[in-house]
Amino acid sequence: MAQKVTIEPVTRVEGHGKVTIHLDDNMNVVQTRLHVVEFRGFERFVQGRPYWEAPVLVQRLCGICPVSHHLAAAKALDVIVGAGTGHGLTPTGEKMRRLMHYGQIFQSHALHFFHLCSPDFLLGYDADPAIRNVVGVAIKFPELATQGVLMRKYGQEIIAVTAGKKIHGTGAIPGGINKNLSIAERDALLNGPAPLNIDKMIEWADAALQLFKDYYMKNRDFVDNFAYFPSNHLSLVRKDGALDLYHGVMRAVDAEGNKILNDVDYQEYYNYIEEEVRSWSYMKFPYIKHLGKEKGWYRVGPLARLNTADFIPTPMAQKEFEIYKAHTNGKPNNYCLHTHWARLIELLHSAEVIRDLLRDPDLQKDDIVTKGTKKFEGVGLIEAPRGTLFHHYKINENDQITMANLIVSTTNNNEPMNQSVNFVAKKMMNGQATITEPMKNAVEIAIRAYDPCLSCATHALGKMPLDIKLYNAKGDVLDHYRS
Amino acid sequence: MKTLIYGYGNPGRKDDGLGARFIELVDNWIANEEIQNIKTDCNYQLNIEDAAVVAEYDRVIFVDASVAEDVIDFKLENITPNDASIEFTMHAVSTAFVIELCQKIYNKLPDAYNLHIKAYDFDFIEELSPIAESNLYAAFGFLKNYLTSEQ
Repeated sequence: MAQKVTIEPVTRVEGHGKVTIHLDDNMNVVQTRLHVVEFRGFERFVQGRPYWEAPVLVQRLCGICPVSHHLAAAKALDVIVGAGTGHGLTPTGEKMRRLMHYGQIFQSHALHFFHLCSPDFLLGYDADPAIRNVVGVAIKFPELATQGVLMRKYGQEIIAVTAGKKIHGTGAIPGGINKNLSIAERDALLNGPAPLNIDKMIEWADAALQLFKDYYMKNRDFVDNFAYFPSNHLSLVRKDGALDLYHGVMRAVDAEGNKILNDVDYQEYYNYIEEEVRSWSYMKFPYIKHLGKEKGWYRVGPLARLNTADFIPTPMAQKEFEIYKAHTNGKPNNYCLHTHWARLIELLHSAEVIRDLLRDPDLQKDDIVTKGTKKFEGVGLIEAPRGTLFHHYKINENDQITMANLIVSTTNNNEPMNQSVNFVAKKMMNGQATITEPMKNAVEIAIRAYDPCLSCATHALGKMPLDIKLYNAKGDVLDHYRS
Repeated sequence: MKTLIYGYGNPGRKDDGLGARFIELVDNWIANEEIQNIKTDCNYQLNIEDAAVVAEYDRVIFVDASVAEDVIDFKLENITPNDASIEFTMHAVSTAFVIELCQKIYNKLPDAYNLHIKAYDFDFIEELSPIAESNLYAAFGFLKNYLTSEQ
């Protein structure tokens, strides 16, 4: 009798999803699926609204990464107001946006490391879940927990001074920004009293990276053999091949490093990317068109970005990038848990970029908006903390939005997350009649490596207890666990 | 007593904006009355850095939209620090978790309260439902009296 085990929801990821693991008569895993409840109504909701409202409206979508949606929408609308893309903005406009974006990356990556990732490896993947969290870290490693809290705080302060406020920031507008950075704001971030200054943030980011590397050297077998599978990788890169999280061209490489999207203009992303609908998930499955559904799926996010980029344009992160790349002899890295390593290199890079931007006098200039000839369609891409984020809008002659299409980072990682779940389920659950805590946690670790935001619901929505169901081949529930 | 009133929620999701709207009312009250010992903060959701924020206060009152059945219009309750009260959505944390983390990291334990205000509708609109707005003003009136009576 074939059986199906349902683990719902996955803990420590945003929104809610459930994992079903199908067992055959011999209790071997035959199929796994990560089901995601994702709200798709937003794209219809913005239709009819004036286009200039979009950068603020899209923040209603998600309270987790509102800055990414804010900036992706603003980039799309730069095209519509005739300001072009990327360097079409004034230097002050572009650099203020970059500061906002790298501040968001910094605080998001710090959160993931200290809050979601470090409890697993500092306290042990098999530690009691009740203590395997940042409070558990605070008890055992108080200095580290304090650093995590203050790195988050520093990143949030960058967002506050660039976006204007914490909620529904208005910093980015079509064609530019609505404020520059004052001398007082700059000095507070650059040379504020310790530890809340950029030099300390760089020091702590580097220390977090070294901590992970130490763990890796002691646990190499576990890290390397956890959910390894080859895949394609996609991200933006700067035109010269550098890592660039704000702007660039679309590049994708296969598992061997061959370019399968060769630095194409993202304004025509729809010529290269297709989205597949599957009946069992609300979340679509994007793939590279010319490779087809089976071979065209790809990863996005830190692992993918360090696979597509040729180099990192800041010195400390570049040095770490070279160490990281040497591990795979320069070839793409397909080790799922190395995503944490890549994320920490990006954390360090973000801190270096923030320092360089804060020292740039362009941030105090007053030329902040670019105008041009209006267009009726625009696409904005940005490398959000979790990966490539697509915003695409069309407007009519009354300046109303007539079409919106969003492909969020977690949607891009839909198939890779399913692949990861499948890998660990087959490795740990074959022949098992029950789900043990280590098994459940292994599935969660595999998903958590992608830092997914499974639902764009707010905190008041989507609360759900842990729910485990066991089905037979007829669909009957054999067992049901609910926390 | 140095007090922080901290509203959270997404004002773009109708009644989920109760926390943010409450803070607007408090800010106006503080400005009009020139109150010195009450400060405010506001965000989409709580996170670990809020442990550092609340560590600077003697008392903190979190204000949030609630769909709990035992909240009729609004409800003020004590917060017991608790690291087990982690929601599965770990990109945000609970008020009890913030207080617990504050205690563990900063060795400080402010008097902490949740002010839950009953919410009904979470559509993509930046306005409160009429009944939620009524609850908002009732809760604000209550808290203002509560804080004023001890001055």
